[in-house]
Amino acid sequence: MAASSRAQVLDLYRAMLRESKHFSAYNYRTYAVRRIRDAFRENKNVKDPVEIQTLVNKAKRDLEIIRRQVMSLKSTPAVGMVSRTHIPRTGAALRNLYLPGSSSQSLPYSSSSSSEMT
Amino acid sequence: MLLRTAWRRAAAAVRAAPGPRSEAPARGLRLRVVDNAPQSAVPSDTATALEVESVLRPLYMDVQATTPLDPRVLDAMLPYLVNYYGNPHSRTHAYGWESEAAMERARQQVASLIGADPREIIFTSGATESNNIAVKELEAAIQPDTSLVSVMTVNNEIGVKQPIAEIGQICSSRRVYFHTDAAQAVGKIPLDVNDMKIDLMSISGHKIYGPKGVGAIYIRRRPRVRVEALQSGGGQERGMRSGTVPTPLVVGLGAACEVAQQEMEYDHKWISKLAERLTKKIMNSLPDVVMNGDPEHHYPGCINLSFAYVEGESLLMALKDVALSSGSACTSASLEPSYVLRAIGTDEDLAHSSIRFGIGRFTTEEEVDYTVEKCIHHVKRLREMSPLWEMVQDGIDLKSIKWTQH
Repeated sequence: MAASSRAQVLDLYRAMLRESKHFSAYNYRTYAVRRIRDAFRENKNVKDPVEIQTLVNKAKRDLEIIRRQVMSLKSTPAVGMVSRTHIPRTGAALRNLYLPGSSSQSLPYSSSSSSEMT
Repeated sequence: MLLRTAWRRAAAAVRAAPGPRSEAPARGLRLRVVDNAPQSAVPSDTATALEVESVLRPLYMDVQATTPLDPRVLDAMLPYLVNYYGNPHSRTHAYGWESEAAMERARQQVASLIGADPREIIFTSGATESNNIAVKELEAAIQPDTSLVSVMTVNNEIGVKQPIAEIGQICSSRRVYFHTDAAQAVGKIPLDVNDMKIDLMSISGHKIYGPKGVGAIYIRRRPRVRVEALQSGGGQERGMRSGTVPTPLVVGLGAACEVAQQEMEYDHKWISKLAERLTKKIMNSLPDVVMNGDPEHHYPGCINLSFAYVEGESLLMALKDVALSSGSACTSASLEPSYVLRAIGTDEDLAHSSIRFGIGRFTTEEEVDYTVEKCIHHVKRLREMSPLWEMVQDGIDLKSIKWTQH
């Protein structure tokens, strides 16, 4: 069997990144994308074909893991994390947390939150 | 962005929904949606689903308390929860054999992480049980020349790394048993039970991105360390811990250890980078911030900062969008300041002002930046409200004040 070509490795890289973006959990998604990028970057200069094949096989196994987990976690409700929609404007950040047009008086900790609306 | 679309849909649904909900439309859409569920007059599934989708949760910065499962760990566990559900102690059929094989594989994975032999690993329900086994051992074997030194490898409140190798050397030369609670250290810093001359070690699953409810104790075989079983029964785990070994949990622990071994260096680099970012940004923007713990012998993922003239609990409440802690979770119900901070000589007032930031494998730069921004904002705001801060700004030395007793 021929060793994995550059094209195959790149295909694998793209497939892994594409699949990782389907994780519904913010922390899993960001970790997977970052780790995949860093791992492929770190190994880009490996020349030994046996080593390359070992790495490719591990990557294929990891791709299967990502596929299975993305699928099995699909039914978990997707919850947003506070920081996803905003950095760094504080006012805009807080406005995103509340329903537009809602009165902040009905919410808990309203005294501290209303003072943040600068 | 997905989140904004979810918000708009939810907003539309809420405005369209009849009756009682329209009085306080915002309440149903915040974290407090859980409170509203029983009294909601709108039973529709779609409304609930939309509410759940639009709930925002705080960022998680409390990895010393517990960690999320790594997807690779969950992937390893699922088959043993769904298909291969045999009892590992059943000797007569394939369900038992495959379950036992998985258990032994997990044992090897745990042992390999700490440089031990698999026969020296006993599975328990967590590091607390392991600690109890280790310390009870002392009571069982007490003689004039026997004693036990028990030290935490990495402190869970301030992140300080203890000089384990040196302590191990001293203990072995004086023939004293050496136990370490490595719950916060396993898989994060390199540990070798032979290099560090450790006799007993406690391991916790849920601190290393593994499942909750499982742990292990390492018990040295050469020279033999005798322990007395806490739990008696069917003689499982070499008689040291009776009870059916929970295969899915130990498979998870093993997988977590294997992943940790592979990812240790990468995680350490990432966590150090984020920790540096967090501390530099906070310390450069705020005066009178003290980092607790020796800066040199320090695990970067656990940052304990004291913000002078700000009460720790009020800062925690203000930072409601970030899951943080001041001091360890096991003592969070009491109002006493952390015994660790008191032990390192922190002033009472600074001890009450401490917050612990936890950075882990899955923490992002975005989360750190958000936390830093919120922290700086709230510390400034709370200091503005503080009369002590005002006095300090006026140049009064707080230590010289005579507080009158009424």
